[in-house]
Amino acid sequence: MALCEAEKTFILHSVEENFRIDGRQRGDYRPMELETNIVAPSFGSARLRLANTDVLVSVKLEIDSPTLEQPKLGKIEFFVDCSANATPDFEGRGGDNLATEISNCLSSAYKSSTAFDAGKLCILKGSKCWKLYVDILLLECGGNLYDAVSLAVKAALWDTRIPLVKSVVVDGNKVDMEVSDELFDCERLDVTGAPIMVTVCKIGDQCIVDPTTAEEHCSGGSVVVAVSKSNFSTILQTGGGSLHPMTLLESLKLGQTVAQRLDSTLINTLKQINDNSTDVGFLK
Amino acid sequence: MSKKKELVSKIGLRLDGRRADELRRVRCKMGVFSQPDGSAYIEQGLTKVLAAVYGPHQVRGNRSKAQHDSAIVNCQFSMAVFSTSERKKRPRGDRKSSEMSIHLRQALLAAIKVELYPWSQIDIYVEVLHADGGVYPACVNAATLALIDAGIPLKEYVCACSASLANNDIPMVDISHQEEMLGGPTLTIAALPMSEKIVLMEMSQRFHIDHLPKVMAKALKGCKDIKVILDEAVRSHVEDVGCSTGWSNTSQKIKV
Repeated sequence: MALCEAEKTFILHSVEENFRIDGRQRGDYRPMELETNIVAPSFGSARLRLANTDVLVSVKLEIDSPTLEQPKLGKIEFFVDCSANATPDFEGRGGDNLATEISNCLSSAYKSSTAFDAGKLCILKGSKCWKLYVDILLLECGGNLYDAVSLAVKAALWDTRIPLVKSVVVDGNKVDMEVSDELFDCERLDVTGAPIMVTVCKIGDQCIVDPTTAEEHCSGGSVVVAVSKSNFSTILQTGGGSLHPMTLLESLKLGQTVAQRLDSTLINTLKQINDNSTDVGFLK
Repeated sequence: MSKKKELVSKIGLRLDGRRADELRRVRCKMGVFSQPDGSAYIEQGLTKVLAAVYGPHQVRGNRSKAQHDSAIVNCQFSMAVFSTSERKKRPRGDRKSSEMSIHLRQALLAAIKVELYPWSQIDIYVEVLHADGGVYPACVNAATLALIDAGIPLKEYVCACSASLANNDIPMVDISHQEEMLGGPTLTIAALPMSEKIVLMEMSQRFHIDHLPKVMAKALKGCKDIKVILDEAVRSHVEDVGCSTGWSNTSQKIKV
């Protein structure tokens, strides 16, 4: 997206006046739509549409063996795929840089055991554990990718059902497990602590959340904070530009309050979803 | 026939309860996204595909590729890693996806009026969200809808459909993943259904040449059926868009 000087000045002034180009205030989000359980061949999935940003997340499970250093922990892996549907720049391997950046940020945010308890994914210490593949597909980019991705990931993990392991038999080096045959005999994951990421963007002298693509272009520096309950689990400065330590602290505070607000809204929304609603998907 | 499971039962029903000449449920929507010039979503049974079209625009990257008498058509096929029951390692770049891209381009090139846009490029991207048999046909149909949504002139609809031969005798249309797995040949054709021209034909495995005409006729019939569904979707979409701009107020709607 190319912006001319006049457009940039307009955005700058709108942020200054606390009346942004789409009518929002500095701490406001654009409208969101969330739907869970929309990809059939996975254990849990969610699609989040934040105005123009569209993210599809699917969770798949596999049985793996834990690492030697952490024999009691299960595994979680994030994979981001930037679809060329979003922008032609992502064609071929064009989206790889952005994809790695987002997936690295996610894995560091989920690394802490208070944020996400990987111990629950362990089946038998040292030999068997669940591996969660969290696959994120970016379908449309309308700014503020990190926030949308983290919300969708949390919703997909909420939706995930892990099959119940009935018994584990150890015979020498061989481990046999029996997974329950019942389709609905599953456990849900505990995701209350799963981090929510908020991008705080500095435009002019003010900090805003949920920037649109145009606002991202005018930003003089931005910082992504991942907040789990009330603690930070990751802080990452993205894009170009530099921030003064005072501004940085201020933006962290803003990020924290916004993330907590967002988190409680998300949990409330997820609780409202009932299992037998009809699928809408992309047909709406 | 004793060992192999019969694909069509004695009373003429297939494994998923369809008859031999029935398509799976097709649901589609145009204009799913706002950023691409054209986009569409299609569901054929459980197979779900998203398509986006960008262009015609200036040739990106290597300018020397630009042609003085026609537009370049660029296709990319990609499959979400979670689209199959077993997780895929990569969404694109493997041999199967490059083959799909080439076939897709071939089918669409036959219908797009490329000569109208010299020195330009049209990008078509398809993303498979759930693969349950008949991925290629769904991609072609989705791409057609996206092209129409983008307002790119086409000679006519391009529709694709698969067909197979059950019990060595009965031709059946629109093959699901389950039927693909149980064996039997699969014939996939992409066609211009109004003029009945075939733009791409691909067959896997073998059957006797005597069976070919009837299987092909069945697949072509499938293409025509799909065309009717797509046409309906396009008309209702245009009506919706038109209504919101207020054209329905100015003149009486005429049903053709």
